Amino acid sequence: MEAIPPKQVFQRTASIEERVNAVQAVLQEQGGDAAAGLADLDHSAQQEWVPQNGARVVARAWSDPAFRARLLADGRAAVAEMGLPMPKHHRHLVVLENTATVHNVICCTLCSCTAFTLIGLPPDWYKDFEYRSRVVREARTVLKEMGLDLPPETEIRVWDTTADTRYMVLPMQPAATVGWSPERLAAIVTRDSMIGVARL
Amino acid sequence: MDGMHDLGGKQGFGRVRYTLNAPAFHASWEVRANSLYALAVRRGLFNMDEYRHAIERMEPRHYLSAGYYERSLTGCATLLVEKGLVTHEELERRAQGRFPLAAPAAEGRSNHPASQPLRAGDRVRVRADYVPGHVRMPGYIRGKTGVVVSESPTYPFPDAHAHGVASQDEPTYDVRFRSEDLWPGSAEPALVHVAVFQSYLERIA
Repeated sequence: MEAIPPKQVFQRTASIEERVNAVQAVLQEQGGDAAAGLADLDHSAQQEWVPQNGARVVARAWSDPAFRARLLADGRAAVAEMGLPMPKHHRHLVVLENTATVHNVICCTLCSCTAFTLIGLPPDWYKDFEYRSRVVREARTVLKEMGLDLPPETEIRVWDTTADTRYMVLPMQPAATVGWSPERLAAIVTRDSMIGVARL
Repeated sequence: MDGMHDLGGKQGFGRVRYTLNAPAFHASWEVRANSLYALAVRRGLFNMDEYRHAIERMEPRHYLSAGYYERSLTGCATLLVEKGLVTHEELERRAQGRFPLAAPAAEGRSNHPASQPLRAGDRVRVRADYVPGHVRMPGYIRGKTGVVVSESPTYPFPDAHAHGVASQDEPTYDVRFRSEDLWPGSAEPALVHVAVFQSYLERIA
């Protein structure tokens, strides 16, 4: 009968890097060139899924009224026109237009979902418990603490990403930028303005 | 499940750790942890609902003390063990240390038998369901009343899809709630829009 080695009991918790390496080794043993797949995903997360994508969409919406209408009617189809496909499981993109009297802000109270291919992987504060717990219940105070002090008459709409519908805020165009080229406009659009914790 | 992850409206957390141009990643292992779960999903080893639920099943003290990417890694590793791709013991041997995983899943459920299509303008109440498995209804809308604003395409029903239970795909509805209805006497005025699966909703007069 084959001897069964005794179960190894560890006194220490493995470091997070050791745990990452252990999981990576398991996927690599599944075959199918995991190393290439991981390198591709590392690259996408850092270089392709960036807020400059969303910024181009916003700049075009500011410059092209017909595109703006299409974007508000069917966000996913409109961004695809610009060569920005969304993941298969994001079947729906709702673009939320800020106005002088309405301010939209996005969160995910259950995890930290975002339209990451357009606005980038979420920043640290978006994933923190402070933002997730508080923004649905005391949005005005949270925004003020983050540097956005909205007039009392501005209506705040908070969008909780609890399903696979994705949201992006269409910020208001600063008056001084009317007539600028789309490239110049895109350069002033920040990730945080597309999440809705900042105005431009 | 009414897990630690369900944070909307919880009180006691302080100021948001906000900085301009805050990074998504702080270390290269975080980038890799993100890619590991994404590769597993691409390969069909598990789906997004299973992944989210695996994170929700983390022991609450671990959930609260782990950062976002440690939670991601823990969810991914838990599923690789549960799917039989590796044993917990083998993971710990490879990592040369303890590798805490999430707790086992309870049972899932299929679509609500009375689930029915809704239309923009319908007044709806969120069913007061308490389920032991995965659910994408944040606790703060349970039993609350709102108005349907719009409808999404159909999606796999998470309560089933996270557990391998057969179900019909169904749409989510953008339901608008008043914060004052969600936390009477204890919220700042705002409209809170939540994407709610059809099974979680019933039309009211």
